[in-house]
Amino acid sequence: MTATEVLVTRSQAKPPRAKRIPRAKTPHKGAIAVFTGPFGILFLLFYLVPIGYAIWQSLLVVQRDGLYGEPTEVFGGLTQYIQVFQNAPFWESVGRVLLFGVVQVPVMLGLALLFALLLDSPALKGKRFFRLAFFAPYAVPGVIAAIMWGFLYSPNLSPFTGLTNAVDFLSPEMILWSIANVVTWVFVGYNMLIIYSALLAIPAEVYEAARLDGAGQIRIAWSIKIPMVAPAIILTAVFSIIGTLQLLAEPQVFRSFSTAVNSSFTPNMTIYATSAVPNPYLAAAFSVVLALATCVLSFAFLKLTQRKAEQ
Amino acid sequence: MSLLTRTRGATATDLPSTRGPRESIMSRTAALLIMGVFTLYFLVPIWWLFIASTKDRGQLLTTNALWFADWNLFANIGDLVSYNNGIYFRWLLNSLAYAGLGALLATVFAGMAGYALGKYRFRGREAFFNIVLGGVLVPATALALPLFLLFSQVNLTNTFWSVLLPSIVSPFGVYLARIYASSSVPDELIEAARLDGSGEVRTFFTVSSRLMAPALVTIFLFQFVSIWNNFFLPLIMLRSQDLFPVTYGLYTWNTQLNQIPELRTYVLVGAFLSIVPLIIAFLLLQRFWRNGLGNGSVK
Repeated sequence: MTATEVLVTRSQAKPPRAKRIPRAKTPHKGAIAVFTGPFGILFLLFYLVPIGYAIWQSLLVVQRDGLYGEPTEVFGGLTQYIQVFQNAPFWESVGRVLLFGVVQVPVMLGLALLFALLLDSPALKGKRFFRLAFFAPYAVPGVIAAIMWGFLYSPNLSPFTGLTNAVDFLSPEMILWSIANVVTWVFVGYNMLIIYSALLAIPAEVYEAARLDGAGQIRIAWSIKIPMVAPAIILTAVFSIIGTLQLLAEPQVFRSFSTAVNSSFTPNMTIYATSAVPNPYLAAAFSVVLALATCVLSFAFLKLTQRKAEQ
Repeated sequence: MSLLTRTRGATATDLPSTRGPRESIMSRTAALLIMGVFTLYFLVPIWWLFIASTKDRGQLLTTNALWFADWNLFANIGDLVSYNNGIYFRWLLNSLAYAGLGALLATVFAGMAGYALGKYRFRGREAFFNIVLGGVLVPATALALPLFLLFSQVNLTNTFWSVLLPSIVSPFGVYLARIYASSSVPDELIEAARLDGSGEVRTFFTVSSRLMAPALVTIFLFQFVSIWNNFFLPLIMLRSQDLFPVTYGLYTWNTQLNQIPELRTYVLVGAFLSIVPLIIAFLLLQRFWRNGLGNGSVK
């Protein structure tokens, strides 16, 4: 029995359903294609293909026939990755952003949580003003924020000369934390708003029982609010961890203000410097390693917090 | 101090608390103190930048950095706009074009894709959604170098397109649009439109997209900001300064401060001018931010 015969016999056997069977599977196929097509194609072209291409490039090496021969790309297996793992400045920069993240992310999210809880508590007046004031720095692009703070840290321009004379914010010891301050300044209000929206979504009845039991505001915040907004905090933490590993704009700007920031201060700066050499193959390998490290770290964090939540 | 707090509390426009008994003066003062100190931390740098943009070069270094000297803001802006054949103005327009056009297209595409994922059942739907979700976790900076390598293969680096095209993909937008579409566009409504003879695509653009408006505005804002702030992509793609967005342009000026000291005023005034419209837009549209953020993290 051939395929056409099956179709014919089937459609003859059940004439009314024959038309509906394929439609019931996926109705409006054309519309779905119209809806998902443009995004799908763009996602493929500008997300998946570049990633694939970078992986491919990272597996190539350049060979020359003699000193003046034409350079040719040949498959080099993991040659570039061996270079990556032997590159001490790159791993130093990875260590540097990890240290940055371990300190800056908890400080930033701690402040964001504190502000969100205060905004949500009946003890605070003028909520609207504080919400707007704290969120305003998020409108300042990282590059501009870094330029601004760079001037504020410079002893000859800063309005806080007492402070800048006492502490050299642009010294090799301080520069990482000066950058951390810029990032914190920009993003605290944004994270505060995410946590605050989660707090607003908690139904009022939840508090009633606690209040009848005589729990105070601090007790309610600690035992009810924080556990209930934990998913929002985890979300902000994951995005902050990803952002930390990708640090680029702020330290790149600080190179103009301080000699303490070199061209391989963060992993992304190493990638940029390597691609400018130009050594696209090694830069691609750096990119792949950094992307994998980012994935592993954010997944590890998610798993860890999930396991804690289950306990 | 407590007297001051009480008077302020009494005149505040906020509604009295609906969530419980009145708080003690102690805790109200503490809350106000913490928030007040941090208000200074968040606003003083912006205030300083504003003051600095109103001063000429000499007074910038010699007068009180947090208060006005002679009012030179408009003279400074005039100098800035005419410097180097008005390149600053060109950068502003470039930024607007990259961010405005990019965010608009990204919103349309993400809205349509998210709507299809939320309101239709089709094979491969979950696989499609999961791949897109993976894309949310891939930061824009991680893609800059791969995109550069790819664009240089087709000789598209250092073009308007090399910054615009990658910006019109918003996986986060698809995620948000899907969540919002499935909760706010009723099936009955789509069914009713179908009975009225409206095609699926037409239903989306005339009916469903209106119901999804809050989510779509949020997607637009997020994408606008992320394009406006994107630094790595222009840094690695662009060579001719005619194509620079304003952030990258100011960055290049800032790197030349040691050779050309008069650029300092231009950097400060330029930085201030570039953030003013953004801050105003942010504050006006804050309602949408909160709605969108709430939907993204809670629902």
